[in-house]
Amino acid sequence: MARQGLFGSSLAKKYWMALTGLFLITFLVVHAGINAMIFFNDGGVTFNTWAHFMGTNLIIRTMELVLFAGLILHVVDGLMLWKQNRAARPQDYVFAKHNANSKWYSRSMGILGTLILLFLIVHLWHFWVKTRHIAGSMELYGVDAAGQENLFALMSDVFANPLVVVVYVLGCFSLFWHLMHGFKSAFQSLGLNHPRYNGAIAALGTAFSIVVPVLFASMPVSMYLGWIK
Amino acid sequence: MGNMKLTLKIWRQAGPDAKGAMVDYPVTDISEDMSFLEMLDVLNDKLVREGKEPIAFDHDCREGICGSCSLFIDGRPHGPSRHITTCQLHMRKFKDGDVIHVEPWRAGSFPVIKDLVVDRGAFDRIQAAGGFVSVNTMGNLVDANAQPIAKQDSDKAFDAAACIGCGACVAACPNSSAMLFVAAKVSQYALLPQGRPEAKSRALNMVEQMDKEGFGNCSNIGACEMECPKDISLENIARLNREYLGAEWTKE
Repeated sequence: MARQGLFGSSLAKKYWMALTGLFLITFLVVHAGINAMIFFNDGGVTFNTWAHFMGTNLIIRTMELVLFAGLILHVVDGLMLWKQNRAARPQDYVFAKHNANSKWYSRSMGILGTLILLFLIVHLWHFWVKTRHIAGSMELYGVDAAGQENLFALMSDVFANPLVVVVYVLGCFSLFWHLMHGFKSAFQSLGLNHPRYNGAIAALGTAFSIVVPVLFASMPVSMYLGWIK
Repeated sequence: MGNMKLTLKIWRQAGPDAKGAMVDYPVTDISEDMSFLEMLDVLNDKLVREGKEPIAFDHDCREGICGSCSLFIDGRPHGPSRHITTCQLHMRKFKDGDVIHVEPWRAGSFPVIKDLVVDRGAFDRIQAAGGFVSVNTMGNLVDANAQPIAKQDSDKAFDAAACIGCGACVAACPNSSAMLFVAAKVSQYALLPQGRPEAKSRALNMVEQMDKEGFGNCSNIGACEMECPKDISLENIARLNREYLGAEWTKE
């Protein structure tokens, strides 16, 4: 590909990385928000209502395709950046102290992203594939107190396995470190750097990187420990 | 003379296509008041007296303003202190008995010429692609203060113009990205009215040349800013991102 223009240049790759990254961040807000409905501790009724809306609303289902496109673009763009960056230094240093001038997670976005992707495959298998693509797989879980399809019961079932809980918590750790660099980095890549707002962006980035993964991780943990029924 | 004893592990490479390797050189009688380059001068003097090939390294002004001296010392560009060049690094930063690795800048776009000397011509070609303003030099001189410029803008332009093109940003970057250099060169003109007429073509052409040279992509790690001897800010990279995005959207 030509390394020019709004698709090929090094800067274009960074714009796409930032835009898809911020788009995936907005998805995290929706996903974490809706899943947090389990903390109403009402046998999953509120959560199931929202899950039903998300699974049937035409706009949401269309956005699901856009989401997949954004994710794939983020991954492919990341791989291209990783490959070019590796090629830019054919002979590596014999002795280098990278920690003296940068954070390990900012240098490890590729590996952290790969861990998140591996987690995502497991995660999609647990929920998305079963509920949307295997006919009759939800019948096992019956209906909730309000007579709705019981995604909550599937969640309880999946998170009864301690190994699964550990994998999910590790996935959240990868997400935490990925966001710690990615959130701020997206703004910088788009040129959104201003002394008046840099502090706020950094603070928001750190808060988001902590709150969202902690919220996500608390779901399998509290279900496994029986805090949520 | 001082009394420090050190072991240097220095990259030796006979030529651009030769295979290089780290070679051990014990040095003695080093004063803590010597600069790192003076310490290498002592070693080279000894090598020449022994009839051996001295170590090739770049240096010129030796007062931190020319950008010639390079060297990846003890795992970092220009050694253990921040915001200095190698000629400003003094041996008091090391202890008697230290083992110090000395390597050239490592980047495919900065090929080794010999030992610790690399070809930084890629920076010159990027500069030639747009790092200038076209000024009519025939006829009347315009008064320097004819065009008012805000103090904060001229200060920021000057801070960007402090870049000496040494290449420490590329050397420090895990991606071998030249973005801090290009961003400084674009910013110093972008911030001033004299630079605006050619701002679009400057950003487009300099980035195109940067990519052609094979430098890596900026991933906002920030190692460049930490190691830059002239303290060039990442704010300049954000400015280049804006300049380039605007130029790409509106070019004809």
